[in-house]
Amino acid sequence: MSRAREIIVAKNLGFNYAGAKKPAIQGVNLSISEDEFILLTGPSGCGKTSLCRCLNGLIPNFYQGEWTGELMVDGLDVTTQPTSELSRRVGYVFQNPENQLFALTVEKDIAFGPENLGFSRDEIRERVDVAMKITGTSALKELAPYELSGGQQQRVALAGVLAMKPSVIVLDEPTSFLDPHTAEEVMRAADDLRRELGLTIVVVEHRLDLVARYAERIVVMDGGKIVADGNLGQVLDEQFDMLEGLGVGVPRVSLLWSMLRRDGLVSGKVPTHVEDAASALSGMMSD
Amino acid sequence: MITLEHVSFRYSSGYLALHEIDLSIQGGDFVAIMGENGAGKTTLAKHLNGLLKPSQGRVLVDGEDTRKVSVAHLARKVGLVFQNPDHLLFSETVKDEVAFGLKNFGFSPEVVEKQVGRTLEALGLAEYADKSPFLLSGGERKRVALASILASEPDYLILDEPTIGQDYQQKERLRNFILQLYSQGKAVVMITHDVEFVAESNPKVILLSKGQIVGKGSADSVLSRDEMVNRASLVKPQMSRLFGELTKYGLPRDVVDVHRARILLEDKLGEVKAPVAQNP
Repeated sequence: MSRAREIIVAKNLGFNYAGAKKPAIQGVNLSISEDEFILLTGPSGCGKTSLCRCLNGLIPNFYQGEWTGELMVDGLDVTTQPTSELSRRVGYVFQNPENQLFALTVEKDIAFGPENLGFSRDEIRERVDVAMKITGTSALKELAPYELSGGQQQRVALAGVLAMKPSVIVLDEPTSFLDPHTAEEVMRAADDLRRELGLTIVVVEHRLDLVARYAERIVVMDGGKIVADGNLGQVLDEQFDMLEGLGVGVPRVSLLWSMLRRDGLVSGKVPTHVEDAASALSGMMSD
Repeated sequence: MITLEHVSFRYSSGYLALHEIDLSIQGGDFVAIMGENGAGKTTLAKHLNGLLKPSQGRVLVDGEDTRKVSVAHLARKVGLVFQNPDHLLFSETVKDEVAFGLKNFGFSPEVVEKQVGRTLEALGLAEYADKSPFLLSGGERKRVALASILASEPDYLILDEPTIGQDYQQKERLRNFILQLYSQGKAVVMITHDVEFVAESNPKVILLSKGQIVGKGSADSVLSRDEMVNRASLVKPQMSRLFGELTKYGLPRDVVDVHRARILLEDKLGEVKAPVAQNP
């Protein structure tokens, strides 16, 4: 694989909301390349949502406070670019799709962003069609967003940000309102965008088991700082106790393995998937 | 006791959301209602406190037919915490929010204050007492909504997706809190598709799909059965998927909880290892 372009670069980034006692994020150094799938996690209030707000310029443009350090997104300095410019490049999918969808039909909702950018009719049509095709929402285009299931709504929200042709898509706890099958479907759709279009995907999620299949890299925050950053399997293996101590929702098979390893009954790397754990345990039991 | 007798419910659009539901919930019960998005879980929850009345059949709360008494009357017995906390919150401070219901029920200011303090403490919200609920994070607002219902100590507590937006530690706290409530003889009903939370909390599970009950039983028996879990659009808990692969080694299939899994594997792996230890 050729070396991918750096799309997000934070240097000693910090932000303190006006009136807050402690900075929401501090000393954040982070470099994310094109077509990475990143899982961003940490306990409530650790600063992960604030960091995401920086990525599309909501911070510092819409939140008052003290900014320190540097943040470049897709080659743009977040502090000097208007949010209109940043929001074209960084799409944001929220936890509750109800808060994001408002047009009378799915098609109009997806067209809203490109219409506002002033594109020609043909360009808008093409962007909407492509976005619907990739997210599997074409069949829904005549429906009203409120008629859709939670998973369909979340895919329409994804199509809406996709029609802006962003370089980065941030999904902030996108599966909270979804049943497990539908959650899986949304994660797979996000992963397709990464593989087919080379987009950078950042997923904020408490439940690691949902994302572990797609995210190669995990970034863990606590108290506004990054406390772990690396390959998901490796971080789980080497820093398991720290993650558990923070209250990160580690996959249950990883937890089971680490308990058995502490008992001295198994050895080797903590598995992140059921399949890996099953084959390792089978190997031990079939003498 | 809350009893649903042959309850069906049709929305005015004609959509049949519940079909012939029979169910009873009593003090000391801990029940999880699970199913796909649109299965009818929230519609069912709204029948438990009379917010919705059945199109057919009836719902009795301590013997009273919900069609014949007011929602306000039922609210003293049945507390419903909505999925989206913003549907429930409106006061200027967290303290006022939690006090609102108690004041409405006519409790004295002393009782209100004591009860509010206790509830905020129990849910880890004491430090936010004087803040606006709308300045809190989603997970915190959810706990404020829970506190505002819990403060009046309803006999039946209905929680619609209580684990959404909660990190693992908060889920642990919620689990302990629920445990404490039902061991005090309250009934707790939670609507959820968080299979791992259910797997570790071990409630009775009712699986709902397309408005009908398709499965009932203990968490380990229901959540380890493929056909039931698939029908309700759920995914088996990780432990159940793991143990499904290990049955050929004499391990049981119906394991959903990581602690039971650990004990079983400790025994099993201990057996495997023992001869090695004797014959180095």
